Amino acid sequence: MNTLRKIALPAIGVLAVLAFQALSAAPDDAPRSIAPYFTPATSSPKKPDPDGFLQRWLLLDPINKPNRTNTVFTDTYVRATFSTEYFPNQFTVIPHNGDKVTVGDQELAWHALDSTNFNVKLFRFAYGLNKPAYGVIFWAVTVVNSPREIQNARIAVGSNSASMWWLNGKEAVDLFGDRRMVMDDCVSKRLTLNKGRNVIRGAVINGPGLSDFCVRLVEEDGQPIKDVTLSLP
Amino acid sequence: MKSHLLAAAFFLSVAVPALTAQAPALDGEPYIHDPSTIAFSDGKFFTFGTGGGGLMSEDGWTWHPGAVRPGGGAAPDVIHIGDRYYLAYGSTGGGLAGGHAGTIHVMWTKTLDPKSPEFKFNDDSVVASSDGVEDCDAIDPSLMLDPTTGRLWLTYGTYFGYIRLVELDPKTGKRVAGNQPINVAIDMEASDLIYRDGWHYLLGTHGTCCDGPNSTYNIRVGRSRKVTGPYLDNMGIDMLKGGGKLVVAASGRFVGPGHFGRLDLGDGVEKFSCHYEADLDRSGRSVLDIRPLLWKDGWPVGGDNFAGGTYEIQSERSGFALELAVDFVRMDRGGRGGRGAPAGPVTPIPAQELAQVSPNWPAGNIDIRLGDFMFRPHQKWTITPVANAGGYPGSPYFKIAITGTDRTLAATADGEVVALPGFNGSPEQLWRIDQLTDGTYRIMPKSMPNSKEPMALTAVGSSTPTLARFDPKSDKARWNFKRP
Repeated sequence: MNTLRKIALPAIGVLAVLAFQALSAAPDDAPRSIAPYFTPATSSPKKPDPDGFLQRWLLLDPINKPNRTNTVFTDTYVRATFSTEYFPNQFTVIPHNGDKVTVGDQELAWHALDSTNFNVKLFRFAYGLNKPAYGVIFWAVTVVNSPREIQNARIAVGSNSASMWWLNGKEAVDLFGDRRMVMDDCVSKRLTLNKGRNVIRGAVINGPGLSDFCVRLVEEDGQPIKDVTLSLP
Repeated sequence: MKSHLLAAAFFLSVAVPALTAQAPALDGEPYIHDPSTIAFSDGKFFTFGTGGGGLMSEDGWTWHPGAVRPGGGAAPDVIHIGDRYYLAYGSTGGGLAGGHAGTIHVMWTKTLDPKSPEFKFNDDSVVASSDGVEDCDAIDPSLMLDPTTGRLWLTYGTYFGYIRLVELDPKTGKRVAGNQPINVAIDMEASDLIYRDGWHYLLGTHGTCCDGPNSTYNIRVGRSRKVTGPYLDNMGIDMLKGGGKLVVAASGRFVGPGHFGRLDLGDGVEKFSCHYEADLDRSGRSVLDIRPLLWKDGWPVGGDNFAGGTYEIQSERSGFALELAVDFVRMDRGGRGGRGAPAGPVTPIPAQELAQVSPNWPAGNIDIRLGDFMFRPHQKWTITPVANAGGYPGSPYFKIAITGTDRTLAATADGEVVALPGFNGSPEQLWRIDQLTDGTYRIMPKSMPNSKEPMALTAVGSSTPTLARFDPKSDKARWNFKRP
């Protein structure tokens, strides 16, 4: 029983809020790092892992979006939240490592990273950089280079918690509700992966609890697409 | 909960078609959250929950508060090894203390009965922990003694990182020296390990807890040939990547089943305990339930407790139906016979009615036999839960009577079955119905007259029922309930 992840009931509301506040402000004297969960991305193209998971991403420092419960992540709420413009060109920009944007009173940086796991552990990204880890929105971008046009491909995503994903500027797959990360949890409709450069963009929102996502491209029959590479813009 | 059961019985017997009703959760005051695996001690059943208390039951059907354990914290588990009951619990509780630093404790006692002079928990010691930063929160422990090796394993963890496996010493309950945790799953809690037929099964609860009727808690499973994993689901997805095959989810009036615990009653009867985040018939409170555990193609499947209704009782052995030994009354063939198109309009033929045949039935006892099922009145049985008659793990006792009559199936002193002309609630007229792991049912009288020998309804011949010791390897004592 982990009440922290699923705080919602009035009966435990006070306790939950206290827990949330305690965690948000938890003093931690130990030096923090995003290692071993991430390494800096290099200029060399990166292949998907053996299961096809995309491990190179540009991640933006988390945007504050306080939510003490994930039960609010209805379709309407998530769609409205991600439709909000937080920084200029958020649906078109292909950022570079170190680029900065301003969101309200937050100055946020993009980080070009390779995940050492099949999934991208957003909680560890935020925690390791001494950023807020709860009640936040993460933006992620990656560039996928395909040696061929691939019709009837799909984007398969798992995320904790809700998220939305776009391919080449078009909405591809949505994960609404208080979700836990399961590989291939939600899969896009059939789409075409261009020969050459493709851009996948995602946004993940979470209240309390861990945040992460995993993304891979699959063929029409569900088999992973592995002959693509990921590169820095 | 008397009124609860009576209401359910009325509902079942009057208004609800067979196979569509839902049996109520346990009787009494089964209010608990995060129940441990049910243990049997000193003639009683026990389970412990979050916060320090627990429930106990004389028969497994009616539950009351009364179980006692020290330590507080959350989500304990119990296992019986030799002359000890080991109890593991998380002293923190996944954020209850404001973080994810947790400790799993194990202690032991020789009895779980707080009235016993030997009731005393000993050697409370920490066997696993999390530091609050690492990818694990040490709560929700579960214990499993591997029947193939005699090694004792403990899993723990929640949504904050990994579910981990460590080894304990079955002689002491303490951590095996030098043993290091192994990650076996992510994104679940309330893990539980069980073993069956060469497979280790890792069960866990997915979804959202603690949100009453909005909780999405559900129990899922992966399996592995090795206790250390990898645990894969039916799609081959590793539980370390979020995999898990559904075992049981919300249904009927029960929302958010979680905290699986296996209850092996022997003779091929397996059940499992869980709590519902909300029982909509009990003010939406979290309650304990015990349900059949079925196995299909090597996977555990959550069954449903028998709810009563009107059924054919079909022998798995012969396919014949349990019936009164009375004259078969022929139906009108509808003119010259059934061949060819009717000469006039197509019309339905009414089914044979009870009133057409029952006046010719003997007034007293009637023997029972098996015959071709023809949906005749002497073959239709109405099965009704009996209030205030006790029960067994998961269910109350049932009355089994010919539909529309009080002709009641009963056990005789000489180990046979008979239909009595009336029902008086005596033990030989009360029936225990347990669903077996293959989905068929075992049917047993509460007791035979002047005997404590447990007996089961058995097809000793293709057409002849009797009472005999249950043989789990045979179809003789397996029965199906089919809509008539």
